[in-house]
Amino acid sequence: MSTQIQATSRDIDGPLLELKDVTTHFKTERGLVRAVDGVSFTLERGKALGIVGESGSGKTILSRSIMGLLPPRGTVRGGSIKFEGREIGNLDRKAMRSVWGREMAMIFQDPMTSLNPVMKIGKQIAEPLQIHLGMTKQNAWATAERLMQDVRIPEAKRRLEQYPHEMSGGMRQRVMIAIALACGPTALFADEPTTALDVTVQAQILDLLGEQRKDRNMSLVLVTHDLGVVAGHTDEIAVMYGGKLVEKASTRGLFANMKMPYTEALLLSIPKLEDRSHTRLNAIAGRPPDLVNPPKGCRFSPRCPYAVDKCRDEEPPLVATAEDPNHLYACWYPVGSEAYHEAKVRIAASKDAMSAVAAAGGN
Amino acid sequence: MAGTGKAHLRDSPDVLLRIEDLVVEFPVGRTGLKVNAVSGISLDVLKGETLGLVGESGCGKSTTGRAIMQLPRPTSGSVQFEGRELTSMQGDAMREARTRMQMIFQDPISSLNPRRKVRQIVMEPLTIWKRGSEAERSAKVDAILDKVGIDPVRAGESQPHQFSGGQCQRISIARSLVLDPSLIICDEPVSALDVSVQAQVLNLLEDLKAEYGLTLIFIAHDLAVVKNISDRVAVMYLGKICEVAPSDELYANPAHHYTSVLLNSIPVPDPEVAITKTSIEGEPPSPVLPPPGCRFNTRCPAAQDICRSEEPQLRAVGEGHFVACHFPTVTPVELTSR
Repeated sequence: MSTQIQATSRDIDGPLLELKDVTTHFKTERGLVRAVDGVSFTLERGKALGIVGESGSGKTILSRSIMGLLPPRGTVRGGSIKFEGREIGNLDRKAMRSVWGREMAMIFQDPMTSLNPVMKIGKQIAEPLQIHLGMTKQNAWATAERLMQDVRIPEAKRRLEQYPHEMSGGMRQRVMIAIALACGPTALFADEPTTALDVTVQAQILDLLGEQRKDRNMSLVLVTHDLGVVAGHTDEIAVMYGGKLVEKASTRGLFANMKMPYTEALLLSIPKLEDRSHTRLNAIAGRPPDLVNPPKGCRFSPRCPYAVDKCRDEEPPLVATAEDPNHLYACWYPVGSEAYHEAKVRIAASKDAMSAVAAAGGN
Repeated sequence: MAGTGKAHLRDSPDVLLRIEDLVVEFPVGRTGLKVNAVSGISLDVLKGETLGLVGESGCGKSTTGRAIMQLPRPTSGSVQFEGRELTSMQGDAMREARTRMQMIFQDPISSLNPRRKVRQIVMEPLTIWKRGSEAERSAKVDAILDKVGIDPVRAGESQPHQFSGGQCQRISIARSLVLDPSLIICDEPVSALDVSVQAQVLNLLEDLKAEYGLTLIFIAHDLAVVKNISDRVAVMYLGKICEVAPSDELYANPAHHYTSVLLNSIPVPDPEVAITKTSIEGEPPSPVLPPPGCRFNTRCPAAQDICRSEEPQLRAVGEGHFVACHFPTVTPVELTSR
């Protein structure tokens, strides 16, 4: 098996990961759920990509599609996923085993349920080393101890003999990272790795992931709903909405020059420390779209404050900005455009009118 | 004395809730050891105020919230709510008192009975207490569901799983409001929600608070969220209070080293802001064997010998701003005799 992996020709110069028109649909009683609906992008070696979106935006299903971790029944997949030039989108679970661990690894949100509660921590780290790299048990345990030190778990040797319930959430997430790093993957997928953790521990885990990525020249895909988390820890950001990629840019480029009103709305909904207390938050009205019957036109249009008729009828294509060919967005009237400003004026006017009515009613 | 002082308690006729020297301990199996979840804290909340309780997991913030509700009863200390002592209250009096204070929990989906219709869930408290006639109850439930943004018709025919997490949290809020409580204890009500939905729920809480004249205790680990909703914030660490201050003051002039650490850990949604290296290592020590002196001394960047032997008392560093630290980053206003 292992000889097969080495035999496959590796495209060293090309991008690490290349997605073309990837679709993942699920057959359900209600109809076809279009969880991921035509997503294309590339990820370079050693880079950190953030995939951002709300619950139900398809960000988790996209990362699971790349990893090949989808339920085998009722899943309809399309498009192409190339990893180091090799097509992996059509591989079954058995074939993916050669990719998992050594090429790609994943850490999940809930560190409690992703570890085996009745297996010692040491065995859980050593097992992939024995299976994927063919190490002896002794070697694997020694490596496990080193990995525990790498992820900064104090008293590594003693901790190897413990069970998950004996550790805190932060420590368990470190163990998850150690397991994911064990076989030296080229790409690490982290799905909401810090959402279940405290802020102080979140900062530690994000720093740790960043450090390990640099040390190992590994690519990192950070899936999260929190723009604050990706801002400081990624090179590029992909924003997803309703199963589609709606904006993608370098992290700096995105924050400096947001195009998609959804990205802007996501950022504005975060409570800011600089604001005085009781500052009204800019919530996004409504809910993410139903992916069985997604709205016509732009999928964000029912919730978009700037939407006009065209947005509700025609789907905007993903296009590059004038300044940066790598900054892509899908919006007819992007943030900063004339129509956007007109809409803003219109909204302000209607708000004034409403408060005038309210004031008149009060008298 | 184990308490960290009461200098911050206010002497006002508007005090709705006053906790003094609250201690909550849990036994550890049959070992004779105990978890010191809350170790002698004192707090007060005025009518119409929102008190934020922040701290890491295991700091005792949720236990404090539950001890106020007497669920379970605190090991010692006093909880006075609307002028009455709750810790010695029994039976029907206790049940009656609990209708005046309600709780909202972190996981909105598991805090709703999955087998019942949403409207029934919201109606139940009224049915139990036989408030008003059938028609009045029904009208009240519809009005409240409407207030929290849930369609009463849909609520009549749907179960919790047919609603999203944010909607379920709205339903929990509606349920907590039907008995017209004066105090609502919100235990991490938005931590399980997306940022966009989180903003909706926070705005809703502010609106309802104004409309129903509610007093809130808002427990969370996210300081930005707590700042947004609170008038006054208490920072907790390992069962003790570190710092109490008006919301804006706490964030402008954090006096406790732990508060600064918490503030620095918040990820800033701006890549141009240089990432300050994590200013704190490790995790809180075990509450079974808390360190002597200041409980934060094992992780504090400014710890000295006195911090390891003597427990700091809360003292004033500004208007309504109190800190329990031997070496606060803000100079104390007046040195107490100790």
